[in-house]
Amino acid sequence: MEFVLLIFLPVIFAVLVPFVYKKIKGIHTGWFVLVVPLVLFGYYASFLPLVMDGGHAISEMKWIPSLGIAFTSYIDGLSLLFTLLITGIGSLVVLYSVFYMDREKEDLGSFYVYLLMFMTAMLGVVQSDNTMTLYLFWELTSISSFLLIGFWYTKDKSRFGALKSMMITVFGGLMMLGAFILLSIMGETFSVRELIAEAPELVSHPYFTLALVLLLLGAFTKSAQFPFYIWLPDAMEAPTPVSAYLHSATMVKAGIYLVARFTPIFGSASTWIWLVTGIGLLTLFWGSFFAVKQTDLKAILAFSTVSQLGLIMSLLGAGAISYHATAAVFGFATYAAIFHLINHAAFKGGLFMIAGIIDHETGTRDIRKLGGLMSVMPISFTVAAIGSLSMAGLPPFSGFLSKEMFLESMVALRHFELFNFDTWGILFPIVAWIASVFTFTYSMYFVLKTFMGQKKFDQLPTQPHEAPIGMLISPMILATIVILVFFIPNVIGKWMIKPAVMAIQPTLYANPSAIDIHVKAWHGFGAAGLWLTIGVVAFGTLLYLTIPKWQPLYRMQPDSLSLNNGYDAMMRGSEKGMNRVSRLYMTGKIRTYLLYMFAFMSVTIIALLFLKDAFVLDMNSFAAITLYGSLNAIVLILSVGFVVFAKSRLAAIIALGGVGYSVALFFVIFKAPDLALTQLVIETVSVALFLLAFKHLPALSTHGETKRNKMVNLIVSLSVGVMVTLVALSSHSQKMIPSISQYYKDTVKTEAAGGNIVNVILVDYRGFDTLFEIAVLAIAGIAVLGMIRLRVSRKEPTDENE
Amino acid sequence: MELILSILIGILFTAAVYLILSRSLLKVILGTGLLSHGAHLLILTMGGLGGTAPPVLIDGVTDFADPLPQALILTAIVISFGVTAVMLVMAYRMYAVHQTDNMNELRGNDEHD
Repeated sequence: MEFVLLIFLPVIFAVLVPFVYKKIKGIHTGWFVLVVPLVLFGYYASFLPLVMDGGHAISEMKWIPSLGIAFTSYIDGLSLLFTLLITGIGSLVVLYSVFYMDREKEDLGSFYVYLLMFMTAMLGVVQSDNTMTLYLFWELTSISSFLLIGFWYTKDKSRFGALKSMMITVFGGLMMLGAFILLSIMGETFSVRELIAEAPELVSHPYFTLALVLLLLGAFTKSAQFPFYIWLPDAMEAPTPVSAYLHSATMVKAGIYLVARFTPIFGSASTWIWLVTGIGLLTLFWGSFFAVKQTDLKAILAFSTVSQLGLIMSLLGAGAISYHATAAVFGFATYAAIFHLINHAAFKGGLFMIAGIIDHETGTRDIRKLGGLMSVMPISFTVAAIGSLSMAGLPPFSGFLSKEMFLESMVALRHFELFNFDTWGILFPIVAWIASVFTFTYSMYFVLKTFMGQKKFDQLPTQPHEAPIGMLISPMILATIVILVFFIPNVIGKWMIKPAVMAIQPTLYANPSAIDIHVKAWHGFGAAGLWLTIGVVAFGTLLYLTIPKWQPLYRMQPDSLSLNNGYDAMMRGSEKGMNRVSRLYMTGKIRTYLLYMFAFMSVTIIALLFLKDAFVLDMNSFAAITLYGSLNAIVLILSVGFVVFAKSRLAAIIALGGVGYSVALFFVIFKAPDLALTQLVIETVSVALFLLAFKHLPALSTHGETKRNKMVNLIVSLSVGVMVTLVALSSHSQKMIPSISQYYKDTVKTEAAGGNIVNVILVDYRGFDTLFEIAVLAIAGIAVLGMIRLRVSRKEPTDENE
Repeated sequence: MELILSILIGILFTAAVYLILSRSLLKVILGTGLLSHGAHLLILTMGGLGGTAPPVLIDGVTDFADPLPQALILTAIVISFGVTAVMLVMAYRMYAVHQTDNMNELRGNDEHD
């Protein structure tokens, strides 16, 4: 079966959703939607045995073959892992949303359409082998994310958050498109696999670093890395199932995916290692530090997501070092990245769902109003505690394992001796450790402030009670996974992580089982990770206990210096600035626009004539100068002068008639009797028409034109005149192809049985042209009649839009 | 002759554009009139001004003017007459409604900015 089509299954199903929503009111639409991710999850899981042995599957559907663009579904360890996350977490989120989104009050039709659209987009991103379709799906995730964040579009904050996320991620997407185009120029292919095969040659290409930076811009904006993370906290205005799905488990991981996917191409560059590891660590620290400042439960989780994404990013960067150093500890980092990615999806998804439940059951997400919920919401508390402890990196939860691997990898960076790492390398474990302390602190802050401490139920909008069981199923499943993974990490490693690692570093391993990593919780007392973790817990606890003392320190940062303020100022500035710029030249007067057009036309054509050596003057082909012709030319010039400088209407019209009659004389001189006759008739009628119309029009006036106006007009009109003269001369002097006139001359007798060639062309060869010309005249006649007969009403509307 | 005609066409276009760029609607209409004359002569000159006889088949005559530009111009003359007529009537209506022929005043009101 062509499984590439399955990417489109969700969006095809989305077409049906509005009908289901309208017709079947009694059953929550979510139940129907749930089938899609479940089926997909089951189907894609069947690829596991194939991929586990290092195999891959490809399915292709042509789209634009002439440009080499196709929908290609390429399933290897990395894309399968993401696919299972998207469909697996997707199933749980849809199930959760059935209980979260009210059937009566919410517009479920649109909600599930957006959600399914997102699912297709995301599957497309992680499975596409063709960079162009990858880009297409990438932008589709931005758009569906925009729609979902702005789902409650009546709220200002929702719209603001939606716009902000789209602005930033689409900006990144465009940068990424640039990188893809550069890559296709370098490697002459859109296929990621073929690019990877060409990787050794690409490194020395002059575009290499530019493509690298552009690609990382795309990845960093999507994965909310510093300084682009600012959209993620604002995206929390989305309904909670959306936050759990898009903004923690899947979409924000698209950037991680991109970095992982392109590591075989760029990973050997020092710029890559420095940027990915450095920005990742900075984001990790920044996010964890500011998470404690937040008072909204979802905002805490948003900052924590930012920070955890930074952690995974830095691990991917450190993993790329294994191209330069063979020590096993660097291969370790990539493994840890994938491992933590799975763990993060599980515990953060669960935590978001709990935040949603608290919001749902208490009516607030403000941590200052919450407290002591443990006694009324014991199940929620258990799930939240499991998630938070896993996030903090404590046993017996999965986060402990990957967190310890992370600390080990960062410590190992000290031993790397290339690219200045021997001098700066020591910074990495220090920053990583401090960030881990804050991670521990905000994890405790999140769960303890909410569930422990004083009961403040009187401050809550609604009286709290435990959520319905349906809502709890999804977070409970995720919590179970978190514990389960701790006990069987190597099974997960064999089935999912090792194939993914192999896809990231295909040159290093022959098959997934060659990756010699065995995860265990206990490494003995000598292990650095153990002591670091103990230190994290000790200092973290200390920090947590003293939060009231140091939390006010956050207020020292003035609002005007925040990144958000920078974004706002940029948006406002660009809006005002562009408005001002366009007002400068968009005057609303046709005259101004004509000025631009004429000036542009003459300048470009004159420039082109001389740049391309197109101006040719062939005096030999000219006809002889005749006396009549010269005299007539003088008459014509004089009449034109009269038209321009005439002071009265009547003089101008008569001069215009003079111009017309002398043109008719030219037709006579140049052997065109039909033209001369027509011209004489038309000119006479025209003059009569002008006289008739000008009787009803005001006297000629300059309307206060200044000397400067006139000068500008004169310059522009002179340049147009020069342009036309040059074009006339060179088009006469050089004929690229023979004229088709000869054909008419040869066949006019035999084909059309006529003698007057001009007439025969008009009524026979080009008969339809003449017919339509008559039609045009008829339309003009109707228009004239209509405009004259239409009554001028006394009260004219001032605005045609009214 | 082509050189003279080319310069003549240049003058016609210069005058036409100058009038079209002026503020008075009447001058704009006069300008379009000149513009069409210029365009007709341009087509004629492009094809060449040679030929000793009109393009009519008569026994013994072989050197006649190029018929193709003439056919094109014939169409153009008639169409430009239609254009002029419509523009004149539009100007008449416009003046009847707005009581001005100043192009600077004939622009969307500020609400359209």
